[in-house]
Amino acid sequence: MADDDQPKREQLARGPEVLLAAVLLLLAALVIVDSLRVGIGWASDGPRAGYFPFYIGIGLAGTATALLLGQLRRWRQDLRVFAEHGQLASVWMVFWPMVAHVGLIWLLGIYVSSVLLILYFMRRHGHFSWLASAFTSLAVMACIFGVFELWFMVPLPKGPVEALVGL
Amino acid sequence: MEELSNLIQGFGVALTLPNLGYMIIGITLGVLIGVLPGLGGANGVAILLPLTFSMNPTSAIIMLSCIYWGALFGGAITSILFNIPGEPWSVATTFDGYPMAQQGRAAQALTTAFTSSFVGALFAVLLITFLAPLLAKFALNFGPAEMFAVQFLTFCSFVGMSKEPPLKTLAAMLLGFALAAVGMDTVTGQLRMTYGSAVLLKGFDFLIAVIGLFGIGEILLTMEEGLAFKGKSAKINPKVVWQTWAQLFKYWKTFLRATAVGCWMGITPGGATPASFMSYGMARRFSKNPEGFGKGEIEGVIAPETAAHAAGTSALLPMLTLGIPGSPTAAVLLGGLMIWGLQPGPMLFVEHKEFVWGLIASMYLGNIVGLLVVLTTVPWWAAILRIPFAVIAPVIIVVCAIGAYTVHSAMFDVVMMLVFGVFGYLFKKLKYPLAPLVLALVLGDMAETNFRQSMLSSQGSLSIFWSGPLVSVIMALALVLLLWPLVPLLRQRLSGDRQAVRA
Repeated sequence: MADDDQPKREQLARGPEVLLAAVLLLLAALVIVDSLRVGIGWASDGPRAGYFPFYIGIGLAGTATALLLGQLRRWRQDLRVFAEHGQLASVWMVFWPMVAHVGLIWLLGIYVSSVLLILYFMRRHGHFSWLASAFTSLAVMACIFGVFELWFMVPLPKGPVEALVGL
Repeated sequence: MEELSNLIQGFGVALTLPNLGYMIIGITLGVLIGVLPGLGGANGVAILLPLTFSMNPTSAIIMLSCIYWGALFGGAITSILFNIPGEPWSVATTFDGYPMAQQGRAAQALTTAFTSSFVGALFAVLLITFLAPLLAKFALNFGPAEMFAVQFLTFCSFVGMSKEPPLKTLAAMLLGFALAAVGMDTVTGQLRMTYGSAVLLKGFDFLIAVIGLFGIGEILLTMEEGLAFKGKSAKINPKVVWQTWAQLFKYWKTFLRATAVGCWMGITPGGATPASFMSYGMARRFSKNPEGFGKGEIEGVIAPETAAHAAGTSALLPMLTLGIPGSPTAAVLLGGLMIWGLQPGPMLFVEHKEFVWGLIASMYLGNIVGLLVVLTTVPWWAAILRIPFAVIAPVIIVVCAIGAYTVHSAMFDVVMMLVFGVFGYLFKKLKYPLAPLVLALVLGDMAETNFRQSMLSSQGSLSIFWSGPLVSVIMALALVLLLWPLVPLLRQRLSGDRQAVRA
């Protein structure tokens, strides 16, 4: 990146723009390929399954290409800022716990993983005491248990800990 | 007046004790959603939708629509007290609402905002009451070609009226259609775009998309600013309310203009956000005191709030009568109706009369209940924003994950929510609009079915879309809107050529 000499380090928008347009182009290709597989013409009973998606795919491919080429053509002039590096860092600080949370739901069920998530945020970002963090996270999940499992009777994913307690 | 007798019957349906209870719960949840960053009308309703599966449809839709009214009210609280718009449509409210709070007129600003919201909604509901039955009756004659034309018009108007770059609007919309096509084809039963994966059989659920795009995406976006709330506190006492109300009568012209803008933008899928900005701009232009705007002018609160609420409410008119939602939240409500087996569209007014009029009656009641609830509970909501973000943020993340899981009880959906969240963040940052994506995802199957049925009856010739006067007019209008962004481009080129010739 050529923006190293600036005091605030920034991520320019042009990179993500190209990336997103390329992803859209890829998705369009997937749509077109599979539409061709199921058939885009007419069968005896009317249009085949790929008839409509095929043109959607073509349209998406066309727009994505136009966006991609347009961005590449303006590459040098386009100095719009996507975000400062500090901002991206704070976004990352929320994003990776989200991913970890979803992964842990798989292993431990939603209650334990959510307690861990709230504990982590309160300790790491809020600098609360262990007691306050533990109390808040358990209270929140107890409320959620009450509303979902008892009141509306919607079962949520549970793990080994709940099995141990017998819930 | 047939409408009036229907409406009175509707009040009979809506005005039961349990339903009133659901209204209050809905409004309270809605205000909460509106106040918290990262939870908005659309994803709030999406998260709570699975909870209502076991309720009867009328009570469920009353509660869900009240969440929507609550969110519309709630957005104003954070805008005025904290200068943080809780919802995109309350951005314009910060311009004059926050200065008013800084001058110690917070209670007046809040009363004005809530009253304006109420007035805007009331006019929009009146419009729905009298226009919806007519429109539904008219639309009963629509065949597949007309229905597709109306849907086409909806999508073209996005391209023509959106303030985002037209190409990006188009891309977002087509992506929505592409995602809608994934899974089993409803007509032939063939599998499309699943690439052998079993979890894709059902396709992408728009509820998951909404929770991810609006919920997770919004949290990531808010985190950039590293939240620190510093707000004014406010208490509303009856005296201020009466004084403010007495003062508001002077501004009846502003109310009327804002309502007109709002209703128009709500019925056409312009949405509440552009409506609020447009109305703010108009109020400033017509004002005797344009310099006062941005410094705490009361009209600067009236105009955007009235328009946003009018737009948010009237977005339900095309949803009920044509099955075309005017906003992402209306789209989620539409999805809810379909889950309960109520197909929105003209037939709804014939087959489920009781339900429709119960819903319309609940719009009147819900807004009255809403006004009372927000006027009396403002200090509590302001207190919620003083809870540290280190507590609020993980709770919102947990609630989003639970919301995504409960739609189909599938972990894959929770993962997809994260993927949609990343897309939502990128889309917002790079100025791709989200609303057309969601609407295309909701309407995709319906639009495709209508298109294929039209093609079937014309043996594959596009001429069916020019075969009658009605369908031709709608299609022509749609094409004009689709090509609208090219007009300034052409004009520029023409004048450029002229200059080149002169030189």
